[in-house]
Amino acid sequence: MDSPVTSSAHAAFDSKIEGNIIFTRVDAAINWMRKNSLWPMPMGLACCAIELMATASARFDISRFGMEVMRFSPRQSDVMIVAGTVTYKMALAVKRVWDQMPEPKWCIAMGACASSGGMYRSYAVLQGIDQLIPVDVYISGCPPRPEALIEGLMKLQDKIDTEHSTQDQKKTFFEENA
Amino acid sequence: MSSKSNDTVVSEHLPALRDALGDGILSEVEFRGENTLNLTLAALPKALTICKEKLGYQMLLDISSLDHFGDDPRFEVVYELASLDDTKHLRLKAKVSEDESVPTAIHLWKAADWHEREVWDMMGIPFADHPNLKRILMWEGYPYFPLRKDFPLAGRPTEMPDVASTGVAPMEGGPFVTAPGNEGVAKREPRARHQE
Repeated sequence: MDSPVTSSAHAAFDSKIEGNIIFTRVDAAINWMRKNSLWPMPMGLACCAIELMATASARFDISRFGMEVMRFSPRQSDVMIVAGTVTYKMALAVKRVWDQMPEPKWCIAMGACASSGGMYRSYAVLQGIDQLIPVDVYISGCPPRPEALIEGLMKLQDKIDTEHSTQDQKKTFFEENA
Repeated sequence: MSSKSNDTVVSEHLPALRDALGDGILSEVEFRGENTLNLTLAALPKALTICKEKLGYQMLLDISSLDHFGDDPRFEVVYELASLDDTKHLRLKAKVSEDESVPTAIHLWKAADWHEREVWDMMGIPFADHPNLKRILMWEGYPYFPLRKDFPLAGRPTEMPDVASTGVAPMEGGPFVTAPGNEGVAKREPRARHQE
């Protein structure tokens, strides 16, 4: 039912419309949506996975940042958290899961092993997952505490906030059609 | 629990093994209540059979292997036997040269299956008549035996497309080892120590 003010006077401020409109750039809106709804792919390979589970549970609670929807299907995930030692035997399986994730996607190397091989300077361990897939955030620690993982995820949010995907698309479009 | 100690119980078994094996026993070692028999490779299957079927060693705890690099015979296999009530423990050792194979113990203990595969995978000692002797930790097709003394800790590069590849790990002056002593944590903790 119309309120007496709007129906009679057509005021400049329409509360029905005003609440539903924001002025922004498309990139900023997309980034805001992406960064506040990160769906992690938990690639738990060693003890770091225990800290990853602790991060997701009640005491640390990453759902405060919109990251709690852990998906065990790569096709439904945005960010792969490589948590643990990547052996050479496992390496191509990690790569395969990464390749199945839809764009846009990000990768976090959680802990010393995933970042650099850690203490495993040996014949059996890949010396850093960045040799196979591009890594956005490295988290130090052996294993990192849940606070460190949350810090890493928030750094990733900051990074996503600086992306300009539609701007780049527009630029490529004009360059190709010039 | 038996009131008898392990070495008392085992020493009752030793005459039976001595009678059956004769010259197959090279030496007997007792150290802190642990009994070890050094056997010839030819006597090993018979010794294992007697232990399982006559002397009551129902469990095979482990099979491990040693690489005496530079000696001949080069390798040694070690069998750790125990009884289910944990009153008896016996260790059997036999040396294996590079061109020999060890008879499998699967028909005695099913546990031997994976242990023998691991020894084959890591040390390259083949087991004769093993029904499924393939690698258990590394992938089929990996060309080296990584626990041998002449294999570098950093690894060697290999490439198997669509399966796996390996590289050489940067040692950065390592391996990183701890130093015993009372000099404090900072001196003791693992560091690259250049060997003179």
